[in-house]
Amino acid sequence: MCATCGCDSHSSPTIRVSGESQSHDHSHDHGHSHSHTKTVVEVEKDVLHENNLLAQRNRGYFEAKKILALNLVSSPGSGKTSLLEKTLIDCKDEFQFYVIEGDQQTTRDADRIHATGTKVAQINTGKGCHLDAHMILHALQSMKPKENSVFFIENVGNLVCPAMFDLGEQERVVIISVTEGDDKPIKYPDMFHSSTLCIINKTDLLPYVPFSMDKVKEYARQVNPTLEFIEVSCTSGEGLDRWYQWLKEKTKVPAEA
Amino acid sequence: MHELSLVMSILQIAEREAEKHDAKQIEEIELEIGELSGVDRPAFDFAWEQAIRSTKLEKAQRHIHDISGEARCLECDKEFAIHQLFDPCPHCGNHFVEIRKGKEFRVKSLVVS
Repeated sequence: MCATCGCDSHSSPTIRVSGESQSHDHSHDHGHSHSHTKTVVEVEKDVLHENNLLAQRNRGYFEAKKILALNLVSSPGSGKTSLLEKTLIDCKDEFQFYVIEGDQQTTRDADRIHATGTKVAQINTGKGCHLDAHMILHALQSMKPKENSVFFIENVGNLVCPAMFDLGEQERVVIISVTEGDDKPIKYPDMFHSSTLCIINKTDLLPYVPFSMDKVKEYARQVNPTLEFIEVSCTSGEGLDRWYQWLKEKTKVPAEA
Repeated sequence: MHELSLVMSILQIAEREAEKHDAKQIEEIELEIGELSGVDRPAFDFAWEQAIRSTKLEKAQRHIHDISGEARCLECDKEFAIHQLFDPCPHCGNHFVEIRKGKEFRVKSLVVS
């Protein structure tokens, strides 16, 4: 049983922090029971109640330390890690960064982030298809991010499952690349509905693919009329200044409850 | 397949409640699942069968209340049935809508013994 959050989770994701070697074991006991007559129990509880409580706890931690926490979500291969690499290098003099990498297996992404000199934790979810607030809580305890920093959480590449799990982030950023279909927003509406910013990556490939910038925005606005867009190419660097500007604006205004 | 995590969360809530009441068994469980909750029902049912084995929910009767999506248009103020997050208001075609029902995903009650 974990003393901090009382967790008795059945899943046991692996968390590795760059430059440290450690393990975190959980064990749990099942209680006894006695025979009784039938009782009706009015539970009235959200299924994700536990996750949402831990997410609020994370959010409180971020707010108290004035940390901008961003949850980056996308399908696999849209360029989340490349976008992070660019950002961490280009803006290293302006922000103190921390990164959580979520993948089913391997530390490949964390290794790429570590190479930029940024403190990173890799969470391997094993068979899990998303990060949850509980994993973030434990990663935060290991990483101890400093005040006024920017904390990126790169979720597992998956446009479906991570949508339902609040991690305690201030903003959810969905990334889509022009090599994917422009109808992605209505095929996976939950993710676009819960995001505040949409980054459209790989714009250098636009001449070669049948992707309509107008259409993708139109579809996305049907799901979420207030969604913001930033078009970038991590290869050519085009548009990245707008993304960096967005980060600056978000860090200027402290998050309010 | 986040539905397996969802079933595990339900199991955790149900077993904790059963323990509180010193119950040996959960006989019935009542759930509310909204049309826009993001739960895929076939995946949920599949995960359910696997996850409840050898638990207090194994023999429980499951009752699911489906909750239909309802929204209010922020432009013309009319209420309407919404089945997809991208459905526009059928009266004025606007996409600025407030979802009032259909996002629910709750454990409503249990019968334990």
